[in-house]
Amino acid sequence: MQKYNYGTAILAAFEYLLENYPEVFVIGQGLWSPWYVGNSMTDLDKKFGIERVIDTPVSEAACTGAAVGASLVGMKPIVVHPRMDFTLYAMDAIVNQAAKWSHMLGGQSHPGVTIRSIINRGGEQGAQHSQALHAWFSHVPGLRVVMPSTVADARDLLIASVLCKDPVMYIDDRWLYEQEDELPPVMELDLTTQKPVVSLIGSDVTIIASGHSSLLAREAAEQLGDEKISVEVVDVRVLNPFHTKEIIESVKKTRNLLVVDSGWISGGFSAEIIAKVVENLPVDCLKNSPARIALPDAPAPTSRVLEKAYYTSTNDVVKAVKKILNN
Amino acid sequence: MKNHLNGLSNPKKYHEPISINNQNIDILRSMLGLMILIRKTEQKIAMSRKNELIGGPVHLSAGQEAVAVGISQNLRNTDSVFGTHRSHAHLLALNPDYYKLFAEVLGKETGFSKGMGGSMHLYDQPSGFYGSVPIVAGTVALAVGAAMALKMQNTDGIGVSYLGDGATEEGVVHESFNLAKIQKAPVLFVIENNLFASHMHISLRQPSDMISRFAIANDIPYKLEDGNDVVSVAKASKELIDDIRAGKGPGFIELVTYRWYGHVDWRDDVDVGVDRSLDDIDNWRARDPILRLSKSMIKAKMWSIEQENDLNNMLDKGIQTAWEKAMNDPYPSSDATLKYVYS
Repeated sequence: MQKYNYGTAILAAFEYLLENYPEVFVIGQGLWSPWYVGNSMTDLDKKFGIERVIDTPVSEAACTGAAVGASLVGMKPIVVHPRMDFTLYAMDAIVNQAAKWSHMLGGQSHPGVTIRSIINRGGEQGAQHSQALHAWFSHVPGLRVVMPSTVADARDLLIASVLCKDPVMYIDDRWLYEQEDELPPVMELDLTTQKPVVSLIGSDVTIIASGHSSLLAREAAEQLGDEKISVEVVDVRVLNPFHTKEIIESVKKTRNLLVVDSGWISGGFSAEIIAKVVENLPVDCLKNSPARIALPDAPAPTSRVLEKAYYTSTNDVVKAVKKILNN
Repeated sequence: MKNHLNGLSNPKKYHEPISINNQNIDILRSMLGLMILIRKTEQKIAMSRKNELIGGPVHLSAGQEAVAVGISQNLRNTDSVFGTHRSHAHLLALNPDYYKLFAEVLGKETGFSKGMGGSMHLYDQPSGFYGSVPIVAGTVALAVGAAMALKMQNTDGIGVSYLGDGATEEGVVHESFNLAKIQKAPVLFVIENNLFASHMHISLRQPSDMISRFAIANDIPYKLEDGNDVVSVAKASKELIDDIRAGKGPGFIELVTYRWYGHVDWRDDVDVGVDRSLDDIDNWRARDPILRLSKSMIKAKMWSIEQENDLNNMLDKGIQTAWEKAMNDPYPSSDATLKYVYS
């Protein structure tokens, strides 16, 4: 077993891929001075060469499109967008091209590209340096969307994403980088069989979340456990295609549901989770109305006072659980 | 708008037979035959669209055949070619299998894209045709990336990006020129400047009619040619492609041409274009790449009216047979819509 944090686990995944797969290369801005991706890409350029770890012009659209094109001739590229907000320049390459080529060319073409977009918020960075847009990508058939919340998943789901033949959005969150864990050597996973995981077993209420929200859910569950409230936490891990069996089974058992999501509340992934659960449960299954915590329908504010209120805290999750159970 | 193309954009010029001095007769015959095959295939598609046998939009390139045929003379099936919304000719010039194209535009599972793509989403990887899409400029960056990959794999394959003058108004194209140059990507940008983006004449869209100015801006070697002269296209692109294969980085060729039909489907009358007159179209028809080559070859006694008639008859028969076969082919099975979403 080796000790990692979330950031070094990602670094380990890059190293594993570059060492074992000559068809893997990495492309994105800042890769020759990767301080703005924390400790997740340190010295990759020095270890594997600047031909395989490519720092680029300020051209998200062309670089992402180029990675899609390279994947069509047998490479396994990883595009890095150090902030998800800048991925928006590359939406045609991702949504119109990568997500569609297999389908519209009769299953003959496979853009096996991985796009790593980092949610990087807080610190008074404001509306354009903060967004969590996983719901958008989860809306698009043809894309796989991965949001690791644990150190193990940070490493192993990145490897699985890159080895998958389909285009994958791998979305990690800077607020998770300090998480620590001990991991066994890499075992390659098949992304297509990865499902939601029950990360804490409980009986009173199910919290469903992904990415950083799963961490909030686990922290809240611990606090609530001290008050004899038994919380089950299900970590979604892969948002698209969205496997729901494990989620529905958990809610059937606890008969109470809270969803926590790092995106905006309206039209977001929290709604998708509740819809999938409710439409698959008997009408009288839930003891209380399902509830959700997500961001208010406003861009992220900069001022620290507003920012603190805007983002979800562990305490918000604790309060929401109590509210459900006290109804 | 500044007219930098001079005579090349003047529909009354370049009507005379092309120069075929020192050209190999077999190659000339092959290029002529391929251009006629593409023209006839597209005419069949145009009529079938008019007769409502084809359900979806078709973007025809009749009049522009010399571009794809001239470029493809210098391509190999180990290259990676990317097309546009108007790519029947780009594909047929690499693989003249009109039966598979008919099946595709009819949405049949025997088509190039198994009936999932139709006219606008074509695929034939064995011939080097990696895909065409109708998002304008959607494949330009992909071609650059494919070229980067071919270089990383130590092959001498090149990427080819077909794009129109309209596509150069998309931002990603300029990112792609810059990226290709800075990466020394072995990619050829083929600009089919047909002076129109959908209905809009270039004078209403750009301050100059010469797209090569973007090659100059990115320090990419370029050539500007009469796109309706298949020999010039083949010759100029060969020089660029030889350098690209030799590792000298990207190349750029601007070919001035004109489409006889409107932006989409079979109509060629004026209501499909601003600044597009029937007189202009008639003049451009006189700059026909097929007629100009055929005349030169007949004059040089490399070809005859009889041979051309025989070829026409043979192609007409083949096309009719292929069309009927495609009409009777099966549609994709009902599970196809979900089956192909993921690998």
